[in-house]
Amino acid sequence: MNKVYNNRAWLLVLPMLILVAFSAIVPLMTVVNYSVQDVLGPNASFFTGTEWFRAMLNDPELQAAFLRQIVFSLTILAIQVPLGIGIALIMPKRGWQASAVLILITLPLLIPWNVVGSIWQIFTRGDIGLMGWGLRQLGVDYNITRDGTDAWLTIILMDVWHWTPLVAMLCYSGLRSIPDAYYQAARIDRASKWAVFRYIQLPKLTNVLVIAVLLRFMHSFMIYAEPFVLTGGGPGSSTTFLSQSLTTMAVGQQDLGPSAAFSIIYFLVILLVSWVFYTTIMNMQKDKNSQGGA
Amino acid sequence: MSYQLDNTQPGEKYNTIFSRVTPTQRRKRNARSRLRSRLLLGLYLVLMILPIYWLLNMSLQTNSEILGSMTMWPENLTFDNYIGIFTNSSWYMGYVNSIAYVLMNMLITICVALPAAYAFSRYSFIGDKHLFFWLLTNLMAPPAVFLLPYFQLYYSVGLFDTHIAVALAHCLFNIPLAIWILEGFMSSVPKEIDETAYIDGYSFPRFFVKIFIPMIRSGIGVTLFFLFMFSWVELLLARTLTSTDAQPIGMIMTRTSTASGIDWGTLAAAGVLTIIPGVLVVYFVRNHIAKGFALGRT
Amino acid sequence: MSWMVWTVPTAIFFSAIAAMLAGMTVWEIVSPTIERKGFLPISTTRGDRLFVGLLSAAFIHLGVIGYTSLSIWLALAASLAWLLVLMRWG
Repeated sequence: MNKVYNNRAWLLVLPMLILVAFSAIVPLMTVVNYSVQDVLGPNASFFTGTEWFRAMLNDPELQAAFLRQIVFSLTILAIQVPLGIGIALIMPKRGWQASAVLILITLPLLIPWNVVGSIWQIFTRGDIGLMGWGLRQLGVDYNITRDGTDAWLTIILMDVWHWTPLVAMLCYSGLRSIPDAYYQAARIDRASKWAVFRYIQLPKLTNVLVIAVLLRFMHSFMIYAEPFVLTGGGPGSSTTFLSQSLTTMAVGQQDLGPSAAFSIIYFLVILLVSWVFYTTIMNMQKDKNSQGGA
Repeated sequence: MSYQLDNTQPGEKYNTIFSRVTPTQRRKRNARSRLRSRLLLGLYLVLMILPIYWLLNMSLQTNSEILGSMTMWPENLTFDNYIGIFTNSSWYMGYVNSIAYVLMNMLITICVALPAAYAFSRYSFIGDKHLFFWLLTNLMAPPAVFLLPYFQLYYSVGLFDTHIAVALAHCLFNIPLAIWILEGFMSSVPKEIDETAYIDGYSFPRFFVKIFIPMIRSGIGVTLFFLFMFSWVELLLARTLTSTDAQPIGMIMTRTSTASGIDWGTLAAAGVLTIIPGVLVVYFVRNHIAKGFALGRT
Repeated sequence: MSWMVWTVPTAIFFSAIAAMLAGMTVWEIVSPTIERKGFLPISTTRGDRLFVGLLSAAFIHLGVIGYTSLSIWLALAASLAWLLVLMRWG
């Protein structure tokens, strides 16, 4: 890890920097500009100061969406992380079976997000979908367009279906990096399965798990296309998450100022959370390196 | 009172302290636990495949069969839905558009990400850590935040409704991702290799192309896979930046719902066709993909 | 550029950020930072402390704007004071 100090490395970074800055900084500046004005048209805008921010922070609908978002993100994390670890533990380690399982498991990750919504929309319909039809045959009154709880459960199920593979793949790669000698030593010690998991596998997994939690939290925080296609945010607004409120406001109602203010608040929350995670990851790596060096 | 180990019976011989199960018994037990985990895995895979199977099933049926009765497999197998898509240019152009911007994005991203990742893995420079963090925040930024300015930005530079606009927009999250993965793979290549090459008189560009890139081939392959994946599945930005000429397939699929109801068969067929490119790509990188998911860091 | 609808306050805001970044770079060249541990739970460099300061300043402003009727200048003053404390002892 002893990197050479050389500021000419900036030259290697520069092309990337220009491209990302074009895509990230110019729009971000524009959002900030919008957020303090009432933009009516290309040359008609009024300075409003902090008014939009005050309105957005006190908007009960957005607060509800924010709360829903947090509950959703924590729920899927609580399901996906243990499930992903479990799947990774029972995945075959080598041979053609390993390849086949790998390809099958990554399948949901490769489907465009709106198609994921369509798949589940079809799958859960009472008239033509296997799951909706099957549940009705079993006597369950299941209808995601009318019942908020059903819609919630379906969205969580869909997200678990869609994203557990990511957690499982991360854990699988963490497990594969454990040398066989560790397992042999455990066998000689007659360690129980639980002991092997607790003292050999789990420590190896913490690194990838932090990445998994980071990615899953962030992605679930910006979830848009899947619930949009599946439930359209309904019934009522029971499954309207942050991104969808924002898109409705910005594109649907053309409220540039308020939606920009909302964007900034949203972005600041994301920034705070990703900084906390990033610092954690970096400190963990630093600890590991200093242990390795000692 | 005699000394007694807690996993032995009174009067048991010493050598049975270590194992009260005979090797045959243990083998049997192992086999049983293996079988159980195979069964669990099989169950998960079946449940996972089921929604996709249902889509495939519907894509091979006529609309009257879909709506008429509940059939677990197509009774009157028909390829009409697929034929309909492949013979209608407004449909198949959606795939061409999607693939076009995804490929452009992969090319642009890998070209700028390779040197940048090398810089991050080999050198420290002023602000490197903060730059890296800033890149990651772009990976985390919800596209919804950038929608409107993106529309305005690309409209004002005259790139609206072109493939390159979507390709550039997807760089926002793909470049940081590529740098993150590549940096992990590059850090596992020992630095002595660089130093030896420089001593042997290689210039930086020649060393980079001739020696370094071949060494991280698998890392580049996996990175390309992830770039493909995230550009292919994203729709919000792609939809906002296009109207007719470069519309992605995901957007064209919304056309199946018309006033006279939804054309389920075509919708399902179009959905199945969006899954196929991903399967092809994942097949090529199947041996390295696990390492890639851990960002090359295990 | 007209579509970016610039205003004077936002222009000042971004200039201030840019000036800060430039200043930090110059300072870094003149005397490189040493990572140290202050009252924050992690060891930080100057740049880290500036970032923490700016991020908390943003949340201080949001809090003041959204949930109190205090003047925004008060928020700014508080943020600057907090930033200085962080830079010195953080």
